[in-house]
Amino acid sequence: MSTLGRFLRNPAGLIGLLLLLLVVAAALSAPSLYPDDPLRLAGRPLQWPLTNPRFPLGTDNTGRDIAAEILHGARISLAIGLVATLLSVTIGIAVGALAGYYGGWVDDALMRIAEMFQILPNFLLLLVLVAVFGSEIGTVTLAIGLVSWPASARLTRAEFLTLRQREFIEACRTLGMRDAQIILREILPNALPPVIVYAGVVMATAILLESALAFLNLSDPNVPSWGNLIGAGRAVLRVQWYVSAIPGLAILVTVLAVSLVGQGLNDALNPRLRGRP
Amino acid sequence: MRLLALASRRLLASLPTLLLVLVGLFLLLQLAPGDTVDALTAQIGGGDPAMMEQLRQFYGLDVSVPIQLGRYLWRLVQLDLGFSSIYGKPVASVILERLPVTLLLMLSSLLLAIAAGTALGILAARRVHRWPDTLISTLGLVFYATPSFWFGLMSIVLFSIYLGWLPPGGFEEIGGGLTGLARAMDIATHMLLPTVTLALIFLAIYLRIMRASMLEVMTLDYVRTARAKGLGEAGVLLRHALRNALLPMVTLIGLQAGTLLGGAVVVESVFALPGLGRLAYDAVTQRDLNTLLGIVFVSALLVIAVNLVVDLLYARLDPRIGGRA
Repeated sequence: MSTLGRFLRNPAGLIGLLLLLLVVAAALSAPSLYPDDPLRLAGRPLQWPLTNPRFPLGTDNTGRDIAAEILHGARISLAIGLVATLLSVTIGIAVGALAGYYGGWVDDALMRIAEMFQILPNFLLLLVLVAVFGSEIGTVTLAIGLVSWPASARLTRAEFLTLRQREFIEACRTLGMRDAQIILREILPNALPPVIVYAGVVMATAILLESALAFLNLSDPNVPSWGNLIGAGRAVLRVQWYVSAIPGLAILVTVLAVSLVGQGLNDALNPRLRGRP
Repeated sequence: MRLLALASRRLLASLPTLLLVLVGLFLLLQLAPGDTVDALTAQIGGGDPAMMEQLRQFYGLDVSVPIQLGRYLWRLVQLDLGFSSIYGKPVASVILERLPVTLLLMLSSLLLAIAAGTALGILAARRVHRWPDTLISTLGLVFYATPSFWFGLMSIVLFSIYLGWLPPGGFEEIGGGLTGLARAMDIATHMLLPTVTLALIFLAIYLRIMRASMLEVMTLDYVRTARAKGLGEAGVLLRHALRNALLPMVTLIGLQAGTLLGGAVVVESVFALPGLGRLAYDAVTQRDLNTLLGIVFVSALLVIAVNLVVDLLYARLDPRIGGRA
């Protein structure tokens, strides 16, 4: 059975895919359903959900339309997740491939750098980066990508360490292929599947990191991020708890979707695991 | 003894890494806009250039960056973390005041996550592919996807505001004048929600790992042997399978020590706990870079310490590791 077929027959992967499609649909429909700036004043503040047909999810404490903020927030979360993951996985693969293929002092030096990042709590390093470089949304995304690469580097390195010993690589060397060719065309395609699966975890973490930063008012205040809305709702938590509750559910659904798809991919790409309890 | 040698070698190996981290961070913070004196004068509403020059001299900011770095490292060796401009006290004493709260939060969350994760993981593995397994695995996925700060807020709404069972934040009743057992109980009620909030994500991860490794271990030969010699199910499970199934989880605890600390920053902010994480947040928003650097230093030490404990634990669980050293 094809990988796609196996993926679609897995309930976890299928539910994840459906949820992810829902989030993507929300992100895509935002500009046409709510063409105005989601951060503008839309109506009387603090209207409960389902009380005013104009605002199905109510309004927050500054009178912004929560439904508009949720849909536009989906764009922000997905964009941050994708860009940060791409950056993190690219750095991870590059570092891991070089360390695993060449070994020796290259490996020592690169792994020492990875260790430096792992000794520091990710979130604390993120705070330092934001304190130094500011909290503009591009900077925050970049910073999230920068703090989360070591795990994928270790994963890639481990794959390269076993693959470079294999006979087909010996054969490539005997044929006189250059290192770059062997790394990119022979080893990398074989090393990639576990890293791609792990990218799901990276993306879920990236979305959670940004929302935590935004919740603490340390992310970009000028974008409709879900974390920002939860942070704003904190001021009225005692009575109007829905302001914080709704965006939290949106984050939960998105992160759940991404991790379920990752798990589904894992099961589909590892057919050996099938039939095992 | 061999174990101790292994541990101390690991500890020595982490020192150069720690040094690199500190040098890197020091240089990184040089890029930050404004220095301690700027932050200080901004707080007292501006100052004249002559006074600012004097202050820079006082804080040693009037010399070149390499000399500053050298002085900084030399002070670190003497465990002097510098002076916090915001709190008006040495950074070391500010951090020491806050450290116990964070340690208590981290330790209780970790214990809760390990205990509940192990129990649920075993339960799921025993009933694999039946409804308890499905329920537990689904719960694990949902817990993992829940933003901790949001869970914290919602638990405040439910338990503090609607039910009124637990306090919404803080470390203890201020001015309660409680001592002894009464004070401990007071702190425990304040720490309950933060502990559960921080433990949730790790609980989800541990239960998944535990379930997987339990399933793996239960198929191995020695488990069959244990069964064949007539050992009861509980004996097989607890004395033979669990010990080996614990190994991947212990590894993970070491790898995630940093994540746990990062999570504490957020949770402490939600529950207004006067801990290290809250201090880090204040240091960032008020540009107290000396304190921030000190916190990072202490956190790195904490991560190294946790990994040391994990190494020792690992060798204790699996005697082969001590021998390999």
